[in-house]
Amino acid sequence: MPNTSDTIVIRRGLLSRIPANLELGGVIMAALVLVVVIPVLNVLAPAGSALHISDFSINLYGKYLCYAILAISVDLLWGYTGLLSLGQCMFFTLGGYALGMYLMLMIGKLGQYHSDLPDFMVFLGYPRLPSHWVPFRHFWFAAAAVVWVPGLVAMVFGYLAFRSRIRGVYFSILTQALTYASCLMFFRNDFTFGGNNGLTDFKFIVGYDLRSPATQRVLYLCTCLLLFATYGACKWLTRTKFGKVQRAVRDSENRVLFSGYATANFKLFVFVLAAVIASVAGALYVPQVGIINPSEMAADKSLEAVVWVAVGGRGTLIGPVIGAIGVNALKSWATRAYPDLWLLILGSLFIFIVLFLPGGIVSLPARIASWRRARKGGPSA
Amino acid sequence: MTKFAFWLTLLLILAGLAVSRLAAAPAAPAGDAATRAALVRAILTDGPGRQKLLSDLANSGSRLVRDVLTYWTRDEIVLYAAPDGTSIPVFLEEQQDSEGKARAVRIDNGRFLADPAGREMRFASGDLNSVDTDMRLRSTIQQALDTLTLADPDPDARRSAVVKLGNSQKRQYIPILQARLPLERDAEVRKALGEAIALLGMNDPDPAVRVASINRLAQLQSLGSIDALSRVAAAPGQAPEVAEAARAAVAVINRHIANVNFFGTIFRGASLGSILLVVALGLAITFGLMGIINMAHGEMIAVGAYTSYVVQNVFGSGFGFAITLPFSMGGRLLSFGFTIPGINATGWWYQSYFLFAIPLSFLTAALAGLVVERSVIQFLYRRPLESLLATWGVSLVMQQLFRMVFGANNVQVDSPAWLLGHFSCDDVNFGYNRVFVIIFAVLIVLGTWLLLTKTPLGLLIRSVMQNRDMAACMGVRTNRVNMMTFAFGSGLAGLAGAFLSQIGNVGPSLGQNYIVDSFMTVVVGGVGSIVGTVCAAAGIGTADQVLQQVLGSPVMGKIIVLAAIILFLQWKPGGLFSTRSRSLD
Repeated sequence: MPNTSDTIVIRRGLLSRIPANLELGGVIMAALVLVVVIPVLNVLAPAGSALHISDFSINLYGKYLCYAILAISVDLLWGYTGLLSLGQCMFFTLGGYALGMYLMLMIGKLGQYHSDLPDFMVFLGYPRLPSHWVPFRHFWFAAAAVVWVPGLVAMVFGYLAFRSRIRGVYFSILTQALTYASCLMFFRNDFTFGGNNGLTDFKFIVGYDLRSPATQRVLYLCTCLLLFATYGACKWLTRTKFGKVQRAVRDSENRVLFSGYATANFKLFVFVLAAVIASVAGALYVPQVGIINPSEMAADKSLEAVVWVAVGGRGTLIGPVIGAIGVNALKSWATRAYPDLWLLILGSLFIFIVLFLPGGIVSLPARIASWRRARKGGPSA
Repeated sequence: MTKFAFWLTLLLILAGLAVSRLAAAPAAPAGDAATRAALVRAILTDGPGRQKLLSDLANSGSRLVRDVLTYWTRDEIVLYAAPDGTSIPVFLEEQQDSEGKARAVRIDNGRFLADPAGREMRFASGDLNSVDTDMRLRSTIQQALDTLTLADPDPDARRSAVVKLGNSQKRQYIPILQARLPLERDAEVRKALGEAIALLGMNDPDPAVRVASINRLAQLQSLGSIDALSRVAAAPGQAPEVAEAARAAVAVINRHIANVNFFGTIFRGASLGSILLVVALGLAITFGLMGIINMAHGEMIAVGAYTSYVVQNVFGSGFGFAITLPFSMGGRLLSFGFTIPGINATGWWYQSYFLFAIPLSFLTAALAGLVVERSVIQFLYRRPLESLLATWGVSLVMQQLFRMVFGANNVQVDSPAWLLGHFSCDDVNFGYNRVFVIIFAVLIVLGTWLLLTKTPLGLLIRSVMQNRDMAACMGVRTNRVNMMTFAFGSGLAGLAGAFLSQIGNVGPSLGQNYIVDSFMTVVVGGVGSIVGTVCAAAGIGTADQVLQQVLGSPVMGKIIVLAAIILFLQWKPGGLFSTRSRSLD
């Protein structure tokens, strides 16, 4: 199946890229709002005033920003390397579980059963802590696991997949199968990760009370910083020679291969990197949301993440962020206002974007501009 | 033309199946009068002739005889002395009037006893003399009753009667069972008879007879007697040669059980593979041939399943729905809906709803596919990855529509009676619905293969799929071919849905359970290869069932199958039957 036709569209999307200074300005503005204005309003503005931002909202924004980081990781693979992975949510969830295990052990005797073991283990009749849970008492071990566990999974799977030159649709389907399999695995009670209830009811993180607004604010700020760090790092990476090869692989892998580049290694690196980014986002997501369970890695969650990227505009780094925040804000509103119609809205939005706006929201200004130019120059041309 | 012929054949076969099942209803017992006369003779005769008459009656298997004999053992058969001096045997109805009297039913013709003027006569229980019975007669009657249950016209009833006697541990039943053996025609009941006789023989005081019985059980590979045999083997004070024989018999039967489980697993695997095959075949066409990653394929299955549901309701009391949108226009809530009146069919006419549901499922799903193709997919033939995203959007919309029309809960589709039940072959049970799906799948594969290789339409389809631009240059109307191919693929999914409605629940997310599996099947089989899809479906279905059996957990089996598929693609990235090509992708 010729893959090249797919990339034409992306090139068209790149034509409509936002001017660099506009993007830089927007990012600085966004940074100011997210890092300074929102937390300050949360602390200083009196409750009830129009400017006040509630603790609930801070929490919600933190969640959106985690999704934005996940979206960047999807875009790094799909928009920049041409690998549509339907398994990013698996890495997101793996990171969540790694930190969740630590948080679970920090509950101590405050659980329902007042036991040293996490509640679900008491409930399922575990005699003692399984040995692979023991090192997760230490925060640093858990933090390292957030990086190396998904990294390793991505490395093994990516090595096997890229070695046998699985690409295009087949790669998408295989990543989906992998996600499906691991989702089934985590749903099992005897997999020692809490079955379908997952991990929840967290109390403390490195000694701080998770339920206090101050802790949540810090977590929110951490997420902001991580988002900007990820954005900056990816921006830098895509501008290096590596980024050029990456895009060349997307546009015509065979030509890159014949030019003497080991494309499999490039793809593997990007795949592992994207997995780690997704995983860290998941690790920040869990303490803010307070629960992690296997339904987070169900097949449609990964597809939803792809929607955010498509809506925002793939092949750009700002697009996924806009898409993730925009679609999730829409979702929060629609599920409250029209709970029955939410899926109709999401589905239709998706069909619309794919059919009529392949470049996503970020391509809108350029589209409008070119439409105006065409109208102005139309009669003379 | 071929397609039409194929459907006609399929329908004819199904209709034939239905009719043959319906015709098997038991015929009304003939010779009722003769039986009644024989009963009266047996009651009125005294002496040795009675024995002979009773045993003849016992072999008739008639329910009437059983009822009368049961009354007799309870001393409820009474004699009415008619004015002309003859005795008429009757029994009194259970229902009594205010004076404690009841009407009498004549045994010779089943009518109520009436006086010469034609009025019904009523008696109290002590008014008439009952027919004398003694110990010997009672035991003869009881024996006749036992034989009677063994002669029941329904084979299942006969079989359970035989098993009951076999497990009674009473050796006096052996002659009855042996007397029945030469009369029995049904193979299963014959086997049960042999087992029962041998089981009772294990209680014989003579160890040699016991050993012979045990050996007979081993020879029959009797699954039902394994507990009894184990008990005999472990019984204290058992003769050593008997215990030895019992142990050997248990071993033989255990081996047989392993075999039965093995073939049962293969059969279930084959039927699961067939379901997977029907589901995947549609995908093999839309994805394999056309290159469209149709994430809404699962919803096409659901369309087919819901069509069966609607057809069933139309044959019953009708179907209707109403949707109210949460918007108001001019102060009124927007709502719409419609109702199809039911035809309130009953009996075999209702049972045949499924025969109409099958082609309708195909048509509805094909129509849905046509709409999706025209509205979304026709713009995406050159963007396969984006077809994945757009069709996922379609799938979300469709799922929500199902919820709005049919409700979020599962709906119940009743299987027609001719798909229920099973037949056994050497203790392996073959459910009719599973056999049906296998035949169904074979026919569908055959039809699809014929369509693709032997018809002008198939030629066009293949040419467009191989090289769309070149086909267009040669004057093929690719647009129309695409449309029809996609509709055909969706229609196949609808067929799968019709069948799935017979073996599982129908709900809005029905298709989601099959979508990953069917994509894997197509990829493993080799994209674009129908043969590959067939092999992959059979292989994955069987592997799934076998692993479920071995690991004792359906989820673990699935995970291992998925892992095996990922590893398999390392070895053969193009699938089982990959299309060879020199072109670079």
